[in-house]
Amino acid sequence: MSEPTTDDDVVVAPTTPGLGDVPAARTPSARPGSRARLAKQVGWYLTLTLLSLIVLFPVWMILVRALSQPIAYLTAGQPPRPVEPEWDVFSRAFRQGDLDRRLLTSAGMTIIIATAQVVTSVLAAYAFAFLRFPFRRLAFMGFMATLMLPIEVTLIANVETIRTLGWFNSFQGLTAPFLAAAFGTFLIRQGFLGIPDDLRDAAELDGYGHLGFLWHVAVPVTRPIIASFTVISFLSAWNQYLWPRSIITREAWDTIQIALPKFASENINQLNLGFAAAIIAALPILAILIFFQRHLIRGLTAGAVKG
Amino acid sequence: MSATEATRARPSWWRRRRTREAGLAALFLAPSVVVFGAFFFYPIGRIVYLGFFQQNQTRTRQRWVGTEQYVEVLTGDEFREGLSITVRYVLYTVPAGLVLGVLLAVAANRRLRGIKIFHTIFASTVATSVAVASIVWLVLINPTVGYLEVDWLRDPDRALFGVALSSIWQNLGLTFIIVLAGLQAIPEEINEAATVDGMSPTRRFFTVTLPMLSPTLLFLVVVLTVFAFQAFAQIDILTNGGPAGSTETLVFKIFQQQQGGAVGEGSVMAVGLFVITFLVALGQFLLLERRVHYGSDRA
Repeated sequence: MSEPTTDDDVVVAPTTPGLGDVPAARTPSARPGSRARLAKQVGWYLTLTLLSLIVLFPVWMILVRALSQPIAYLTAGQPPRPVEPEWDVFSRAFRQGDLDRRLLTSAGMTIIIATAQVVTSVLAAYAFAFLRFPFRRLAFMGFMATLMLPIEVTLIANVETIRTLGWFNSFQGLTAPFLAAAFGTFLIRQGFLGIPDDLRDAAELDGYGHLGFLWHVAVPVTRPIIASFTVISFLSAWNQYLWPRSIITREAWDTIQIALPKFASENINQLNLGFAAAIIAALPILAILIFFQRHLIRGLTAGAVKG
Repeated sequence: MSATEATRARPSWWRRRRTREAGLAALFLAPSVVVFGAFFFYPIGRIVYLGFFQQNQTRTRQRWVGTEQYVEVLTGDEFREGLSITVRYVLYTVPAGLVLGVLLAVAANRRLRGIKIFHTIFASTVATSVAVASIVWLVLINPTVGYLEVDWLRDPDRALFGVALSSIWQNLGLTFIIVLAGLQAIPEEINEAATVDGMSPTRRFFTVTLPMLSPTLLFLVVVLTVFAFQAFAQIDILTNGGPAGSTETLVFKIFQQQQGGAVGEGSVMAVGLFVITFLVALGQFLLLERRVHYGSDRA
């Protein structure tokens, strides 16, 4: 995230040089008295901490429930802290829920979708940005029209198609409808259009054809945008629910998102295992949030997409 | 593009190059076109077509019923009910999500040591999938094992609200990220000018910040509305449409028809959903168009 601007506090706002008499421009709350300033800062820290606790409370509770021995927890009157914590709950959830298998299925599906979306989007974006061909505007509008079409609308017909192809319970079935992305095409095309003409000319002088220009100039130059889209694409593929739920009929093919609720409801007296599994399922995305925060945020703010 | 005119006037090498370019474009577009054709455009035609057929009791045969089914389903109770539940879901999740997102973003948009930690915490719910968020809320509001001893999910009057809570919480991260980006895009001079004018922080928020933020908020309204229209996993997991069908949104009903083999009826509902989302998208486009206009004055 870029540097935050101050919202209501001139004290910490940098005074514009050349604006002249600074003291006159200060409001009473901004008096140099550093004690008032300190009090205000402490007030904000308290407010922000309180808000953080509210936002994180559900997370804390699932952690509590995952760690607590379920029966002991209920008899203890469901306190907001772990009761007789069992630290091996994660490894047990992993084994009993077959989580390695579910995670592998999810990972396979996600990698196929994200890779394919990046490749097809880069190619299509290049065509729309740098190549001239008949009906270009119309084709672009056709691409963008798919953005308005949620998977829910086409669900029935697509499930039928997958059934006809015999792709139930397979990676083909899980991924086929998502191998291209209008959002990615749009985003990367915007990036390509921002490439200065000088670079194009220089590349042409160097003897690059379209393929050379694409590979050696266009893609490297727009790498931040492509990275942002990759993160978004990865996130939405990993979190897919309705589609796998519709075309997976054998438990062996359940993705982690589909397996989770089943697992959590199957083991009513072992609820802790289900909750532990939910925490495990969220970890890969949490890692992305922490390590690729910049890319993720750029992608999300460029026009949010449905996960 | 007056391509034909132009090519006639150009030398032949140029025309060859042009053809090559079109060929390359066809090659580059082919993968996307195949996917969109097979899984976006064809299915639209297909559901319209399937809407003309009705399946028999055992779902083994279908017969042509013409537009009869369209009239029946689209004017029927089931569709109206699904639509009204969907709209209620929008009303539960969108305004609340927006207000809370703005609250978090305004609170966190200041220069303080360690503010990044708060940013990460507020954004953290983007790391949850709908399935995970639903399970998290199961912990909180489940009637038998939940933390808050409330029976919302089994009460037809409150179940939808209970489900909405999980969506509101899950959307917080995204709303926060987008509102914060919007706040940070407001030029600092504007805030300074307002402060110099002696405006109180509260008044400044309503007379300066909020208007400047309106394009961002508009965008968020659209995004959150789309999310609410598509809500499925949270309902599937938390209530399975119940109790007494009180959480069966349109999408949930379509899914059920598909699972039950009532493909014709489900297709008609999907066509209805398509028309509605199309109108929402059109509204979005018109609003964004206006936004571009007053946006360009500033630039």
